[in-house]
Amino acid sequence: MNVPKKLLYTKEHEWIKVNGDRGHVGITDYAQHHLGDIVFVELPELDEEVAQGESMGVIESVKAVATLFSPVSGRILEVNEELEEAPELLNEDPYGNWIAIVEITEQSELDDLISADEYKSYCETLE
Amino acid sequence: MSKLIFEKGVKGSNSFSLPEAGLAQPDINQTLPPIFLRHQAPDLPQISEVEAVRHYTELSQRAYGVDNGFYPLGSCTMKYSPKINEWAARIPGLAALHPYQAPETIQGALQLYYEMQEILAEITGMDGFTLQPAAGAHGEMVGVMIIKAYHLNNGDKARTKMMVPDSAHGTNPATANMIGFDVIEVKSNPRGLVDLDDLKSKMNEEVAGLMLTNPNTLGLFEEEIEDIAAIVHEAGGLLYYDGANLNGVVGVARPGDMGFDLVHVNLHKTFSTPHGGGGPGSGPVGVKAHLLPFLPIPLVVKKEEQYTFDYDRPLSIGKAKNFYGNFGVIVKAYAYIKALGGEGLKDACQNAVLNANYMRHQLREDYNIPLDRLCKHEFIINSKKQADPHGISTMDIAKRLIDYGYHPPTVYFPLIISEAMMIEPTETESKERMDDFIAAMKSIAKEAKETPELLLGAPHNAVIRRVDEVKAARKPVVKWEAP
Repeated sequence: MNVPKKLLYTKEHEWIKVNGDRGHVGITDYAQHHLGDIVFVELPELDEEVAQGESMGVIESVKAVATLFSPVSGRILEVNEELEEAPELLNEDPYGNWIAIVEITEQSELDDLISADEYKSYCETLE
Repeated sequence: MSKLIFEKGVKGSNSFSLPEAGLAQPDINQTLPPIFLRHQAPDLPQISEVEAVRHYTELSQRAYGVDNGFYPLGSCTMKYSPKINEWAARIPGLAALHPYQAPETIQGALQLYYEMQEILAEITGMDGFTLQPAAGAHGEMVGVMIIKAYHLNNGDKARTKMMVPDSAHGTNPATANMIGFDVIEVKSNPRGLVDLDDLKSKMNEEVAGLMLTNPNTLGLFEEEIEDIAAIVHEAGGLLYYDGANLNGVVGVARPGDMGFDLVHVNLHKTFSTPHGGGGPGSGPVGVKAHLLPFLPIPLVVKKEEQYTFDYDRPLSIGKAKNFYGNFGVIVKAYAYIKALGGEGLKDACQNAVLNANYMRHQLREDYNIPLDRLCKHEFIINSKKQADPHGISTMDIAKRLIDYGYHPPTVYFPLIISEAMMIEPTETESKERMDDFIAAMKSIAKEAKETPELLLGAPHNAVIRRVDEVKAARKPVVKWEAP
């Protein structure tokens, strides 16, 4: 299982790559593997306000529908529209394909997220 | 694959003629606006009567229903639909009515309808029922609209959220969303039941209610239901009972006594009317007294020994369906309930629970059972024991069951159990029939070890082999086009 060191994670299997007040958000390798073939991604809307831990989108695979939870509170700056036509990109390269970019309004919320090592050990408890 | 009916035609083979109508032909250009006029004749299949009959007979022979064999589709309650129900629904005095007939000319039908409202209220512990909703999800929609109307009528506009457990049927969050609520997911605890701490932390004055299935989708009874009801009620919310799994408690326990404020029941599950292609469904909604004013109009009421429609309900959410719901289905369920009676319904429920526990017990050596304890009407296994070393998944087991002549159980649901396979035998099945299925499952477990290719390539005996579900979902071809 691939868990890049430089990202922060949630127990709901999202990752965020923080760059100042901008965060790229996506789903983890563990998430894409367990969902199986992803067939549909419902992206958040541009400028939408999202709250930490609340829904910001939906990922649908052949065997499940999963909610995408926002790792932080903020405003949606960009969405990856490529995923609408090619949802399989999330299976092929979950860390290379972000879903949305969030403007992070509460830097302190980053403390609620977990490190790569913590996430890795958390996933092991799920097996 | 056989040809589509559009591909089978032979020009001129449907040569029949209709008699003269004996009326003047209206000029179509005068009666319809130009945008509705067709300029090209539709490309309808040209096929003779006998070939059309053969075409559909062939298709019907490929269908698989409970009349063909065991159909243990979890959470769907695929019990046998007794044929006497069909007789009842075809009685001319019920089948040949016109929905606009005056109430005094249809007293028998209205009496049946009224009694059904009362019967369902008694079975579920509610105070009133609407029979209008066309199926389960429609019932949910009516129920959630009633919840919304109740809060708004109290001047309580802050309740914009609906709570749904993570084990819920997908229709629950979908329904809440349709009616404009934000959905909050409540987590399950390691025992597969609602996590009370999570529920408490999320329940507040912004939450309109909790939609709950009991027994839940793991086939487990929510033992702390009274505490759940108290948490929801103390914060001003309402508790909604999704009746999908009513067959696990019907005749034994009542949602109304557990603290639920409103319920929907699926006549096509618990009360034996046909599913899907044999349908349509019916999803009546029942409420406690404080929600009675919001039920859809009309209700059938009894006044001085006369049955009539009551439209005078100013707080009603309105009409939920044209006319009065799927009346034929209501008649079939009425016939079923009257044939069984209270004791019979209780027997049916207890046998459904006994059957599920018998099968769970018989399969536990060969399959992993994530929550292996007393269940209600259904239980979950998964493919954990089969995963190594050949990578067998639950889907492979399901597809292999087709080769053994069974309709596979529900798979990959509920989402909180990895690789779930949900088995619901219902009370309909005999021990012998269940033993045959158990033997097939044991044989498949053996194949998973010794000849995994039999599973990985299954089904081998079906008309259509394994379909590419990924391609079907990503690039669906939903219509046929003439070459």
